[in-house]
Parts: sequence; C-alpha cells; structure tokens
Amino acid sequence: MSTEEKYVAAVYLVVFLVLLAYVFIIALKLQRLVRDVAELAQLAVKRRGPDRKAVAVG
Amino acid sequence: MGAALALIFFYAPLDEDGLNQKIFYIHVPIAITAYACFGWGGWKALRHLWKRDERADLESYVAIHLGVIFGVLTLVTGSIWARYRWGHWWVWSEDQLFLFLVLFLFYCAYFMLRYSLAPGPQRENLSAVYALFGVVLIPVSVLAIRLSERFIHPVAFDRGGPNMAGSQFLTFCVAVAAMLALAAMLYNLELAGKRLDQRLRELREALQ
Repeated sequence: MSTEEKYVAAVYLVVFLVLLAYVFIIALKLQRLVRDVAELAQLAVKRRGPDRKAVAVG
Repeated sequence: MGAALALIFFYAPLDEDGLNQKIFYIHVPIAITAYACFGWGGWKALRHLWKRDERADLESYVAIHLGVIFGVLTLVTGSIWARYRWGHWWVWSEDQLFLFLVLFLFYCAYFMLRYSLAPGPQRENLSAVYALFGVVLIPVSVLAIRLSERFIHPVAFDRGGPNMAGSQFLTFCVAVAAMLALAAMLYNLELAGKRLDQRLRELREALQ
C-alpha cells in the first residue's frame, strides 16, 4: 500500500469508526429505554392492585 | 451512501492530485453537513424564541450535537488530508481552518452552557440565544477562503462555478446528498430516543 493510499484509507476509516461509535451509543441508549419501558410496565401492574385481574386483549 | 461510495471509487476520474483527491468527496460533504446541522440548530433555536415551540429546544440541541460530531470529522479528515498535501497536520495562518475551529469550539461551549443550568425555561432560552449567535459565524467561516489572501486551502468553487469535471461534480453532489441524508437519519433517530426518554421520565413521575 502506497503512502497516498494509506492516507485515503485512514480518512474513510476514521469516518466509519466515528459513525459506528455514534450508532453504537444510540443503540445502548435505546436498550436502556427498552428496559425502562419494561420496568414501568411492571410498576403499572403493581399499582393496579392484586384485586384487579389482567384482561386478555384481542 | 453506497451509491456515493461507488461513484467515488469507481466512477469519478482522478485528476492531477492523484488518489488523495478521493478525500475531497468525503471531507467537503462532511463539512457542509456540519454547517447544515449548525444552521438547522440555529433555525430551531429561532423558532423556540419566536414561536415558543416547545419541541424546538430539543430539536436545536440534537442538531447542534450532530453538528459537533460532523465538526470533529471535518477537523480530523481535514488534518489527515493536510498532512499529506501540505506536510502539516494544521496550519494556523489559514483563515478557513482557524474560523472553522472557532465555530466548532463555539458550539462545543454550547453544551457547557446548557449543562451548567438547571432544566427549565431559562436554560432553553439561553441555549437558544447562544445557538443563534453561532449562526453568524457560519457564513464568515464559509466565506473565509474568499477573504483570505493566502490560498493554501484548495478552492473547489469560484464565481465561474465548480473547478472540476462534470463527472467529478456529479459524484460530489451525490456525496453531499448522501451525507445530508445520513445526518437527517441520525437526527431523527437521536430525537426519537430523546423524546421517548422524556416521555418515560414523565410517566415514571406520574406512576411514583
């Protein structure tokens, strides 16, 4: 690989890695949000009380 | 993005610059995208102040956040290109480089301001005013190359139009469109995540 090719490859690699890191961080945040939704669903079920039974929908 | 990469590597002809000219097709669209993100952030900040649009504060924040990421990429890709072309990572005497760095640091400081204040109308208003001030720097940064007396930084466009062949210009336009589309997708993704986070926080408060 020539010096010129190395510089071109470095530029494209940097862009790819930075964007990959950004998407990875966003994916981690979305995973946290999914966990939060599950936690809040559980909390809502608890607050509904033991006397009220869940009703099947659909 | 795939089409842009295919055009860059298999369609656009090489000129006297050689292979390193391929950096132009990614470096310049990234810089344009950074300017577009900062501009969009400024527009949303204006909407927040003018129309009192509640969603505009978050939209302005996300746009500036993306602008800073594309700004980092502009500086890094530009530095690598400069190292090859000029033999230096950075040239302080170049107005366009220096003004882009000023613009970038200005928007980096936006986050320091935003997170130094408690969430609420005061933070939203001050952030919006700050974001609007930054918009003034965008045309100065873009036009710096025209004002500069030294022309180390290459000029791709002048009053006569683009200084490149038709196929190169087409590749460049596709690369710009691809980068803007990528930024728009990332903007919507991050914004959706932030809005969902906000709603979940409100729901948690309501449930507890």
